[in-house]
Amino acid sequence: MSQSKELLQVSVRRGTEDESGLSTYEVPQQESQTILDVVTWIQRHREPSLSYRFACRVGMCGSCAMMVNGEPRWTCRTHVQKVLRDGRLRIEPLRNLPVIRDLVCDMTEFFDKWTRAKGVFEPTETRDDEFAAIKPSDPKRMQANAAIECINCAVCYAACDTVNLNRAYLGPAALNRAWTLANDDRDGAYYDRLAAVSESDGCMNCHSHQSCMTYCPNELNPTASIAGLKRLASLAYLKGKL
Amino acid sequence: MVDLRLYLAQRISALVMVPLVFGHLILMIYAVQNGFSADEILARTKGSLGWGLYYGLFVFAVTIHGAIGLRAILFEWFGLNKTLLNSISWAVGLVMLALGIRAVIAVVL
Ligand code: SF4
Ligand code: SF4
Ligand code: FES
Repeated sequence: MSQSKELLQVSVRRGTEDESGLSTYEVPQQESQTILDVVTWIQRHREPSLSYRFACRVGMCGSCAMMVNGEPRWTCRTHVQKVLRDGRLRIEPLRNLPVIRDLVCDMTEFFDKWTRAKGVFEPTETRDDEFAAIKPSDPKRMQANAAIECINCAVCYAACDTVNLNRAYLGPAALNRAWTLANDDRDGAYYDRLAAVSESDGCMNCHSHQSCMTYCPNELNPTASIAGLKRLASLAYLKGKL
Repeated sequence: MVDLRLYLAQRISALVMVPLVFGHLILMIYAVQNGFSADEILARTKGSLGWGLYYGLFVFAVTIHGAIGLRAILFEWFGLNKTLLNSISWAVGLVMLALGIRAVIAVVL
């Protein structure tokens, strides 16, 4: 990595949910530098008490998401060059979640919603049964595959204005997960899950405005998954199953 | 705050409205061809069961669609609780229904 002379002007939101403010740091710019590199540099060289989360640094674990210049990003895979505005960066904790400290959010409500949306696989067979034979070309399997690579980063959740207006709304990630299971032939909780996702703070509240899809770092399309859930739940209701 | 039944009621009322809106637009264009007067409109609608049903259904669909839409807006913008949401949207819906039916009766009977 070659050292460059340029300095980045980086504002970082520090503090708690109730009291926070922006602190500004000058950070040496480097080639191929990510936002997570910038945060780490600040912690190592300027502010040892700065709290933030990360683990894998390669876009696998989903723990490093933050707001960067007002937009949610997975910081370990976001290059400074891509999001820099006039040489400035503003780094803040994820939107729509309570802040514990500095850049660390409390993810409890985010994951509770996965449980509320019945995001858990309900097996219909045991380990003594034969493997279920599901072809990769099966249309339902293909729909599940298109939605399955979620890393639980909550970028979509922070991007969603409906979550912002109604904090009880299940949100794109939990509903996207429910959609993958609704397309899983081995799962035994089909109608229970459809009932769970179409409760009053569920999938019917989605405005399909696609912020989740725009920001999902894995290029998933929760908007389409939610539209699918709306369709399946409506059909189930009209058939008298819900 | 929108559950499955409200969602379906709003979508189905929208489906009902689509052809009615187009019919209404076409009718408006057709009706103004020979000049536009109350007499001419009333001559067509007075005593017509067909137009009565057409606009009666229209009023009914608009009421359902509008009241549920208003409920969603009131919730998202003002965070009203469920009781308040339901009372306001029922009240507004019933007023819309009454005004609409009054207008239909006026042109048909
Ligand atoms: S499409 Fe739906 S889930 Fe996605 S951001 Fe918009 S309201 Fe939220
Ligand atoms: S759907 Fe995309 S943005 Fe949302 S949690 Fe999963 S990976 Fe992150
Ligand atoms: S640190 Fe694991 S995804 Fe960024």
